[in-house]
Amino acid sequence: MTINTNSSNVATRENRIGSITGYIGNLKDLAEKSACGTLKGCSRCFSQSSTCLSSCALAQLSAIRDVAIIHHGPAGCSVASAGAYYLDKVMAKKRGVTNDTVYVGTDMNEQDTIFGSTEQLGKIIREVNRRYSPKAIFVTSSCATGIIGEDIDSVVDDLKEEINVPIVAVHCEGFKSRIWATGFDIADHAVLSSIVQPPKQKRNTINFKNFYESARPEIIEIFRNFDLEPIFLYCNSTVEELSHISESLATTCICGTLGNYLGNGLEEKYGVPYVRSINQCGITGFETWLREIGKVTNRSEAVEKYIAEQRAIYIPQIEEIKKELKGLRAVIGMGPGYTFEVSRVLNELGIEVVWALAWHYDKKYENGDIPPSMKYLLDNDINFETSISDQQNYEVMNVLRKFKPDIYLSRHPGSTVWAIKNGTSAVYVADEYMIFGYKHTLEFAKTILDSIRNRSFEKNLASRVKLPYTDWWYEQNVDAFFEAEKENKKVTI
Amino acid sequence: MAKLLDKQRYKCALASMQTVQAITRAIPVLHSGPGCAQKLSDGVGSSGYFSPNIFPCTSINEKDVVFGGTKKLASTIENALKVIDADLFVVLTGCIPEIVGDDTAEVVSQFADARKPVIYASTAGFKGNNYKGHEQVVDAIIDQYLKKADEGEKIEGLVNIWADVPYQNLFWLGNLRELEKLLAELGLKPNTIFGYKRGIENIDLIPKAQFNLLVSPWVGLKNVKKMEKKLGIPYLHYPTLPIGASETSTFLREVGRFAGVSSEKIESVINEHESYFYYLIERYADLFLENRVINKQFSVVGDAQYVLAATKFLVNDLGLFPAKQFITDDTPKEFQSAIVEEFKKLNYGIEAEVEFTTDSYNIHNQIREHDYHGYPLVLGSYYDKEVTEELKGNFLNISWPFQDKVVLDDFYCGYTGGIRLIEDIYSVAVQRFN
Repeated sequence: MTINTNSSNVATRENRIGSITGYIGNLKDLAEKSACGTLKGCSRCFSQSSTCLSSCALAQLSAIRDVAIIHHGPAGCSVASAGAYYLDKVMAKKRGVTNDTVYVGTDMNEQDTIFGSTEQLGKIIREVNRRYSPKAIFVTSSCATGIIGEDIDSVVDDLKEEINVPIVAVHCEGFKSRIWATGFDIADHAVLSSIVQPPKQKRNTINFKNFYESARPEIIEIFRNFDLEPIFLYCNSTVEELSHISESLATTCICGTLGNYLGNGLEEKYGVPYVRSINQCGITGFETWLREIGKVTNRSEAVEKYIAEQRAIYIPQIEEIKKELKGLRAVIGMGPGYTFEVSRVLNELGIEVVWALAWHYDKKYENGDIPPSMKYLLDNDINFETSISDQQNYEVMNVLRKFKPDIYLSRHPGSTVWAIKNGTSAVYVADEYMIFGYKHTLEFAKTILDSIRNRSFEKNLASRVKLPYTDWWYEQNVDAFFEAEKENKKVTI
Repeated sequence: MAKLLDKQRYKCALASMQTVQAITRAIPVLHSGPGCAQKLSDGVGSSGYFSPNIFPCTSINEKDVVFGGTKKLASTIENALKVIDADLFVVLTGCIPEIVGDDTAEVVSQFADARKPVIYASTAGFKGNNYKGHEQVVDAIIDQYLKKADEGEKIEGLVNIWADVPYQNLFWLGNLRELEKLLAELGLKPNTIFGYKRGIENIDLIPKAQFNLLVSPWVGLKNVKKMEKKLGIPYLHYPTLPIGASETSTFLREVGRFAGVSSEKIESVINEHESYFYYLIERYADLFLENRVINKQFSVVGDAQYVLAATKFLVNDLGLFPAKQFITDDTPKEFQSAIVEEFKKLNYGIEAEVEFTTDSYNIHNQIREHDYHGYPLVLGSYYDKEVTEELKGNFLNISWPFQDKVVLDDFYCGYTGGIRLIEDIYSVAVQRFN
């Protein structure tokens, strides 16, 4: 990958790394076809609504402290500002800091779609800067501004001299990509191109890309064993902190889909090694990740000592609980950064994965390799039915009805509730640290047991509600609406 | 013209997908980008029979932007009819198809003979906010689905009630049910199309009503006027959502008179309610008077519906005094002066100053600068919490966005609703002592 921070545009995952959103088969087939280049994603002639890449991009950027997001578009696009305001306040309070980030919209109307409103946008940017003196300003587009060709790059360029903090255009047209994770790349690109400065000195820090730093105190504690200081990104990050992330010893992340662009970008541009291991979920994942960090930061000895101590505490307990989990069957539906990691953990715990859905699939990562989580599963001869589906709930429900698993695991809002209405026990793996390391792997295993041992809620609800799908749909194959047409055909507008 | 929307308090027209969602077994079919539904849903209380991730969506991509998305829309509607068990399919257009010029009407017309009704509403985000979008959806039902009823089909005493915009306010469901109850007590037959067991059968009843009752300062006025013209249904516009004894009694008298209910009947309903209402108020009068936290002056920040309703209640029932009030729903200019007049109809000739503004920075500065003669009471959105706390005031989250409150079917409307609002305000107050 070559990251061009001189351009504000980021190519989509489809075009950059051949990502797809439509496939049905099994893991081995998916991997083989990816390797020999014959994997073609399918599109659908029927779909249900999913997620906008701008939500991912701007949730990341708006979590940075004391910045301004100016979302140029109709009021619906900037509606995420309400949630961002709340999150910024509560997350800052939890850390004992303050966050005065502002996220505003421009309430574009019909007249603006005809005559444009770049002049007005310039005024709005100046006014936000006057009102709040933010530490950085992100000016973002929407579908409407993208289509009518609003030149937000020029507006931003014209203001650079006048505004003495980083200001950058962020291209967030929702129609660009069906893969909302492209939004993570867009956010990383904006940070890399406008805030991160070249290193002046090396520090004992390690960049840790995550969502909401829920395990922050615990990870600080772990890294203290290795004389490393984690810098959590971007929730509660400051612009000053971000300007120095090129000085860290390495970059790691909780989710490959989330951290891949930044990790590779920092490595390519500033030589900060990116830890490309399987992630921290489960026993093998945690150990492999720690060892990789030990290797890139020259701390292998301390890492091995820590692993030995922790194994002694947790492995016997995990072994014990595995006896109770044996024979359970699971269906999982998550982003690819988790699906192929969590399926490894389930295998480790003795739970059979009967079907795994990933909301998209990256054929390769920015460095050209297949994702490490996939490689691990293949190397260890683990295979299961797999589909790639951008949160198409009707496909999930069809799978659940046919496979009748003991448990459904999902990470995205509005997903587990449908499994429950189907009568299937479900665990909502929303907290990215829910399966982190030995301790949380043990808790995760216990949560699964708690969930399947009291099925009252799902039983009560399922027996009283009607599902919204027709019987006709349940009789169809999961891929009934797939179209063979290539989804990744490049279109330039 | 684009403007600085600082701490926005509304969504865009496409959020009227929530108006559709509130009609039992009606489903929005979105001709939009893939993530509009998720963005516009609130995530809480929206996992009913249909949830946003069930809404069929054309998930427009770059190719559709270039070549048009009508083919995809046709296949989405066609397959939605096969996959989803719904009674009414409402196609809603987002920004993209309306800018690139997709002929949605033409595509929808291909489904005129489908086994379930398919209609469409133009709800591009740039066409207005969700208050406007709500009206677009109701208009679509009137224009494309409803037919004028013959005189013989009219049902004596049947009244269609229109009030809140579903989901924009947490109390929409409870409020509607309470309004229904109040009308039923007058001996009328209320009909609403939103919420539990209110669906296509209720829509079918609309033309048979004796009149439409609109309980809202401006949202929905366009709809009832259209129904008057097209379906011959007269309407009563009652601009204030009644909260508490004073306003609810006035409301019952006006509705009763309009419907031809005898004044004995009306007064007996009122007497019974007021008697219980004042039994409770009497018991808690000490709390209202003898606390060290709540002063007389208050501000309400929200849509015209709640600012007007809460102001009248706090002034006329509780004897508080209005500081400045802020209406944040981007009320169209043509309705503003009539709304301002309503704020002058307060006891003792009190007139509340009201500003129509969508700029929270300006609102917060004015709240900071106003002399509340002590601790301010602010009823508003979650955005107004911090500034109220900064002023050591009392804050209650009554308008969108909500973060401080979970509401399943609670309501502020009617006599009981007034009691609920008092409970909520004083639950905040009793947590403090000065």
